[in-house]
Amino acid sequence: MIAYRGKRSAMAPNQIWGLKMKVSITVNGKEHHGDVEPRTLLVHYIREVIGLTGTNVGCDTSSCGACTIHMNGEAVKSCTILAVQADGASVTTIEGLARDGVMHPMQTAFMENHGLQCGYCTPGMVMAAIGLLNENPKPTEEEVRMGLEGNLCRCTGYHNIVKSVLAAASAK
Amino acid sequence: MTITENKPTNIIGTRLLRREDPPLLTGEAKFTNDLNIPGALHLSVLRSPYAHAKIKSINVSAALKIAGVVAVYTGKDLQSAWAAPMPCAWPVTPDMKNPPHFPLAIDKVNYVGDGVVAVLATNETASRDALDAIDVEYEPLQAVVDLEDALSDKNVIHKDLGTNKSYTWPLLVEETPGCVEEAFKKAKYKIKERYVQQRLIPMAMEPRAIAAVPQPFGGDITLYSSTQIPHILKVMTALTLGIPEQQVRVVAPSVGGGFGSKLDVYAEELLCMALARKHSTPVRWVEERTENTQATIQGRGQIQHVELAADENGKITAVRVRIIGDMGAYLQLVTPGVPLLGAFLYAGVYDIPKAYDFSCTSVFTNLTPTDAYRGAGRPEATYAIEMAIEALAREMKIDSFELRKRNYIKKEQFPYTAFSGLTYDSGDHLLAAEKAATMTDLASVRAQQKKQNVPGATKLLGVGMSSYFEMCGLAPSRVLASLNYSAGGWEAATVRVLPTNKVQVITGTSPHGQGHETSWAMIASEKLGVAPEDVDVLHSDTAISALGLDTYGSRSLPVGGVAIALACDKVIEKAKLIAAHQLECAAEDLQFVGGTFSVKGSPDRALPLAAIAFGAFTAHNLPDGCEPNLEAQVSYDPPNFSWPFGTHMCVVEVDTETGAVKILKYIAVDDCGNQINPLIVEGQVHGGVVQGIAQALFEEAVYDSDGNLKSSNLSEYLVPAASDVPAITTGHTITPSPTNQLGVKGVGEAGTIGAAPTVMTAIIDALSSLGVTSMAMPASPQTVWKTIQEATRGGKK
Repeated sequence: MIAYRGKRSAMAPNQIWGLKMKVSITVNGKEHHGDVEPRTLLVHYIREVIGLTGTNVGCDTSSCGACTIHMNGEAVKSCTILAVQADGASVTTIEGLARDGVMHPMQTAFMENHGLQCGYCTPGMVMAAIGLLNENPKPTEEEVRMGLEGNLCRCTGYHNIVKSVLAAASAK
Repeated sequence: MTITENKPTNIIGTRLLRREDPPLLTGEAKFTNDLNIPGALHLSVLRSPYAHAKIKSINVSAALKIAGVVAVYTGKDLQSAWAAPMPCAWPVTPDMKNPPHFPLAIDKVNYVGDGVVAVLATNETASRDALDAIDVEYEPLQAVVDLEDALSDKNVIHKDLGTNKSYTWPLLVEETPGCVEEAFKKAKYKIKERYVQQRLIPMAMEPRAIAAVPQPFGGDITLYSSTQIPHILKVMTALTLGIPEQQVRVVAPSVGGGFGSKLDVYAEELLCMALARKHSTPVRWVEERTENTQATIQGRGQIQHVELAADENGKITAVRVRIIGDMGAYLQLVTPGVPLLGAFLYAGVYDIPKAYDFSCTSVFTNLTPTDAYRGAGRPEATYAIEMAIEALAREMKIDSFELRKRNYIKKEQFPYTAFSGLTYDSGDHLLAAEKAATMTDLASVRAQQKKQNVPGATKLLGVGMSSYFEMCGLAPSRVLASLNYSAGGWEAATVRVLPTNKVQVITGTSPHGQGHETSWAMIASEKLGVAPEDVDVLHSDTAISALGLDTYGSRSLPVGGVAIALACDKVIEKAKLIAAHQLECAAEDLQFVGGTFSVKGSPDRALPLAAIAFGAFTAHNLPDGCEPNLEAQVSYDPPNFSWPFGTHMCVVEVDTETGAVKILKYIAVDDCGNQINPLIVEGQVHGGVVQGIAQALFEEAVYDSDGNLKSSNLSEYLVPAASDVPAITTGHTITPSPTNQLGVKGVGEAGTIGAAPTVMTAIIDALSSLGVTSMAMPASPQTVWKTIQEATRGGKK
């Protein structure tokens, strides 16, 4: 890891930050090769290099969960991972859920239960909810609430999000 | 080409799923920062780390050497770019003090987050890196943080103004001169309370984002912004930059929540536009969350002194209110007007004689500017009257619900002209309150409480309630004029029937999560007898929707939605003339049902709207003087505010050993008149309630005495998660608004208005046996625990 510690460093930032590393990441089934700065976060790689903008950024403290994706089948916040750490991994983003124009059952459940309003937290919330059901296919309401506590929503008051996840679980 | 059929849709009032959802659920929706804009330079803003300081020097030379950095500007460098300071549209009094406010500070910074230097670079990383390489030398000054301190003028922030007071806005309503004083003299009961409305951070999940794209020739510029107000922004940015208005186009792409925080004209919008013009290239900016907590407006920030006078039966006879409003360092778009919106609601839902003495003095502080946040003035007022009612009930030793019943405006009194001079169009408070009590199962909760809250118990039950009016649907333009607001309150709509009977609705409202596309399509569908999926709703682009006043103040349906209904009526009127011509009958002999005109009494002589739309397009056989095409435009100025109301109740359990508050049950009974889409109405209530609960229990912009924001990101500022809040049980009564043809009222802010006092009254109710009579917001475990300790220590004395 190369860390740059503030403006008093002897080296100019561009000397440190010009370094690039090679990564190979499979995103939604397609392999992508790229050169990234070691400090590039996976979420920025997904959004800016691959151009998949469904994964959102809502904070700078890994608190909001808007950037939740699946990496090797597990729901993770893509702002907590460097792109170089995802080298060789298989990533699914919100764009990779629908198949042949048919939404994933979790997406359908969110639509049918009005589980979204502005939709900004939604991609992360849906990815986290799928991850939750993968681990606990028949959660109680309380388990859903606890399971989604890393994902913030400001519009819905969570009521219909919880309802959506429970509906998706019971439809399984 | 298929011609759409006409038939009755009966769609209003159904739970139609939202058309907005598929793109948002699949990641296809484009928020501002998702837009791909080739060649864009990235703007980053260096912000003041001091709340109050002189800028001694700025050295940008190291920043300019960073690869990718194109230019660096200080406030002085850009001074010639502004034709006017940043706008405040609400000079509430003629002598209101408004310090000049520019996108970058010059010579002096006035809050942590005040912009100091702008950097343009070819990529975002370089522009942010450059911020670290800029050296600014500051001379720190003492910060003004406390409102009462600000009022003392011991330390004046804006020296040229000579004072920290921006304005004093009084409202004295007396049936006879001196009657307020008289009422307080005569009163059997007098209540005097002080409440603090802590500062809140709106925290829309999408941080603000902007892209300004100049056109290659002629000086036109398009501003993409995550805004609630593209139309207002267009006028205001044109004026501030000195650009002819017709050269500015504003587009709000998908917008990730607003809650008032995107109801503003921001420094970064002006910087992007000015620099895009200067460099003849697109300029974009995206806010980091920490930046958002400092550079985007905050809400609330008031100290309220409330006095009630009441007779022996608890009938309130006079109200006196004194407010200190925290404006922050500068006045943003409607900053000074926020407390005024509350001024009209200190009577709550109660029948109070004309004996009202209100005054608000607003002051500058060295903090982030405040402005409208969900409810804007009305949650504050409702909180104060509802908490004061509880205090009065305690003083009288009667049940607060009983006291409310004695004071509610009765159903038969509507329309009711309140002491504030405004007329409440309709209401049935008792009905809503009793419904809430039934849904809460109040009697058995009270019985359980009696059993549970015994001496020595550590888990105490409490029941809280609040009854509210949501004065919304902003607003009748003449009322806004009387409040010295710089614009009107109308809304515009265009309805156009295309040759194939598809319908275009163009609205001046600008949604950011409210589902306007779905609801507006439902209105047009019902009116015109076309399926909702055949109605396209266009919005949020001033090149498409030229006229509008945007979305805030729960105005979109009662003003914008009604405008659409009226535009549909106008289309039908025109179509009727064409139908009469083609059916060879008089227009007055025609009826229009389910999208088809027919001659009354001869149903076989009929023409569907589809045929008329196509006929209006070909224009082959129109009546003399009739223009081709079927379209109509309406600008609708509402005759009154919209007056939704309701009662919320909740049951809490307070752990006296830890101070933790658990909401066991939350009941919201709201009456927003007729509902276009109950699914969306419920969603608005859920979200609003949780933001109100958040003010009561979790959220506060915490500043230290030097004006540093201690809760400057989402790990420190406690936006509740799913695990922090309860399920919400919604119920409704329906009292249609008599002031518009749809019978609708707003609902966007109702939940927030009702929730904070509901939770706080419940906590105090739970702890009443311990002698607790007040509680600061947010009622965090620490605050609750400390308050219990103070009360019980006091009791032992």
